[in-house]
Amino acid sequence: MQIYLPIAELPVSVFLILGLGAAVGFISGMFGVGGGFLMTPLLIFVGIPPAVAVATESAQIAASSMTGALAYWRRRALDFKLGSVLLVGGIVGTFLGVAFFNAMRRVGQLDLVIVLSYVTLLGSVGGMMLFESVRAILQVRRGAPPRLNQPGHHPWYFGLPLRMRFHRSKLYASVIPLMVLSIIIGFIGAVLGIGGGFLMVPALIYLFRVPTAVVVGTSLFQILFTMVAATILHAVTNQSVDIILAILLVVGGVFGAQFGARAGQNIRGEHFRLLLALIVLAVGVRFATEIAVKPDEVFSLGQVEVRG
Amino acid sequence: MRRALRIALVATALLPPAAAARAETLILSLSSRRVQITQSYTGAELVIFGAIERDARSVARPGPFDIVVTVKGPRGQTVVREKTRFGPIWVNLEQRKFPLAPSTLSVLSSRDLVDIAPPEMQKRYGLGLANALGADNAEPRFREALIRLKREQGLYVENPRDVTFISGDIFRAPVPVADTAPVGTYEVTVSLMSGGLELTREKTSFEVSKAGFEQTLSTAARQHPWLYGSITAAIALAFGWLASVIFRRD
Repeated sequence: MQIYLPIAELPVSVFLILGLGAAVGFISGMFGVGGGFLMTPLLIFVGIPPAVAVATESAQIAASSMTGALAYWRRRALDFKLGSVLLVGGIVGTFLGVAFFNAMRRVGQLDLVIVLSYVTLLGSVGGMMLFESVRAILQVRRGAPPRLNQPGHHPWYFGLPLRMRFHRSKLYASVIPLMVLSIIIGFIGAVLGIGGGFLMVPALIYLFRVPTAVVVGTSLFQILFTMVAATILHAVTNQSVDIILAILLVVGGVFGAQFGARAGQNIRGEHFRLLLALIVLAVGVRFATEIAVKPDEVFSLGQVEVRG
Repeated sequence: MRRALRIALVATALLPPAAAARAETLILSLSSRRVQITQSYTGAELVIFGAIERDARSVARPGPFDIVVTVKGPRGQTVVREKTRFGPIWVNLEQRKFPLAPSTLSVLSSRDLVDIAPPEMQKRYGLGLANALGADNAEPRFREALIRLKREQGLYVENPRDVTFISGDIFRAPVPVADTAPVGTYEVTVSLMSGGLELTREKTSFEVSKAGFEQTLSTAARQHPWLYGSITAAIALAFGWLASVIFRRD
């Protein structure tokens, strides 16, 4: 069954998009990641214009993080105060990201920027996760207890001005590094059409030592509102948000995520992280080949502005 | 008076030498003047019918008649970019703009274009994909790439078998409208050819427009972007909330 997308201006198969939404939703439910880093490239691959894919994907991430954030909120595993601070930075970052996105689109380098950023991000994050999970698996094999984060000394950036206390996160730190972190992630998210959960979660755990229990909920809360802002900003500045595509993705993703969450409960922690690392790396490698291998077709058509 | 005389002189000069008698005229009819894009739109096909009108005073032609139908979609700026190796990666370095390239272009004819007219005549009359693009100062490789990529996308079509003569003077041709064709006015030009010369040409046009719900949505996205963006976000949040209610287990 085909349906015409009013903004992307092409017909797509309803089942293909629902299926993509469900498949990516399954992975995102299983691993607790937004799945934007998988969905945006897949949409581009099936022929949706990159600008529409990135802009529309932000609406889908808003929906899936809404479901997640509500679940964590019910379990009281959500730090609203920390989330709100991160949100302010996230919106500033999104604003800058959308502006950068539109500028790159005008000069015709948007595709390259998207691909290069994906390679760098997915390569480094995937590599670190792979390294960490393999080490954890080996440690469990050797019978050593899993290493816990040492409380130790506070890093220097906790002591910058504007310190704030976040009770639920057991954190007393300057707002400045938190802002910088969330601006950067908001920026990346708006340019790449990803929520940034896979960056925010490790950053809060390793850089700010926020207890793992509240990290995911807080990150989802922040992503939820950042992506609402991204959806509206993309709609206002480049009119690339396709509402029909968004609804199809949301519906597929919602169901996939529920099954994924159930499947995820049956996998052991280290194996779970290893699997996620491999998925992240695979997507990164896929992007790397796209710019490193000589393309079959060196020419491409750019933005067409039709004067009706 | 002098002006009228000059026009008359120019007109006479333009006529083929043997055409002192009356030339043929073309009468065209499109099966529809409007293509509406709705929810279930997956491309469309119009049919153009034409009649070659001639009478006893018309010149007898040695060869058969040929018809070339050129359909040009709305014009718009198209950019062709070329990737070049830059260190370890391939980057879009050079680009050429085609400010007036038609978004879609179909050239349909009753025979292969080379059999209808020699290349220099095709160029003069703007027949064939390359000639119908019009003049520009881009290098040939960019023009060729534009045509090649547009053909791969199904937006540029050249089909030398599509015009069929129903009888000696009446012909028909299917006019394809691609599923990704943009909205706007599509110009149809029909050239009547014989012996490598264009005897006459006639123009008509049709509109492609979004209709109903599709129209409402794309208008809303352009004219009320804040509202449109907010509604999209609200729908997404509503679905997210709904899912958490439906699948709630704690």
